[in-house]
Amino acid sequence: MEANVTLPLQKPVARHLPGDLAIWFFIAAELLAFCVFFAAYAFTRAKHVELFNAEQLTLDRNAGALNTILLLTASYFVVRAVQAAEAGLKDKVAPWLAAGFLCGSGFVAVKVTEYADKLGAGITLSTSPFYMFYLSLTFFHFMHVLLGLVILAILWFHARRGNYGPDNATAMNNLHSGASYWHMVDLVWIILFPLVYVLR
Amino acid sequence: MENLTHTPVPVDTRRSTLVWLALIAATLATWGLGEEGASGPTAVAALLAIAALKSRAVILDFMGLRHAPLLWKGIVLGWLALVCTLIALAYWKGMP
Repeated sequence: MEANVTLPLQKPVARHLPGDLAIWFFIAAELLAFCVFFAAYAFTRAKHVELFNAEQLTLDRNAGALNTILLLTASYFVVRAVQAAEAGLKDKVAPWLAAGFLCGSGFVAVKVTEYADKLGAGITLSTSPFYMFYLSLTFFHFMHVLLGLVILAILWFHARRGNYGPDNATAMNNLHSGASYWHMVDLVWIILFPLVYVLR
Repeated sequence: MENLTHTPVPVDTRRSTLVWLALIAATLATWGLGEEGASGPTAVAALLAIAALKSRAVILDFMGLRHAPLLWKGIVLGWLALVCTLIALAYWKGMP
């Protein structure tokens, strides 16, 4: 029997990529690099399970969790900045971006104390396969956080001038591009934290 | 330079706030499992599931890919599936 039913139509949303196509190619390339890094860590661990399990316990899990919360919160604030711009609340964009920048800076501060602690204990890239991955993987991510902060600072500078609003398509495109990059940095850490600090 | 027209994005601040709170709660769950010293297949599966759900929320809600062309949504969600599968495989390989 053929049913003649009209499905309740959802409000048609024009599917589109938030931000520039170029930034999404860049994000895809970065995600691929992190994927290779994650897999290399996990498969190297499979050969040195006891070593990885033992040395993982020397990491500061509290610092890792705090940093996850800082990045998630920074991402949330950046979302609010974009939403304020979309809604035409131009004077709200800069404060939200500044709040995101502060959380991101908090991540940097926590990470620097973690590195100081490990380097102070004489740990280097050549100490063991685990520390080689811990230092290089987190530092590779750390560099992305720094670039993300530079991007947030640039967006904040423009937001202060009231550039971001639905009436300025080019500026909105830039805001979406920068925000997408920042979320990518957050996304990668969501995998990195359990992988390096918790999974055993 | 192409001429851009602004495509409005659905704004739902309440949903974003709820997603953010759920992400924080999920992070505390991951941290708690770490404190417990959880290990073995069940722990790995639970931790990977939490990480995958968190990542999915960031991809769809924060990155805004829910309303992106299906190709891009597929690329990023596909990346997530690939990463989780590779990690699961490697941990399975390392099981005693």
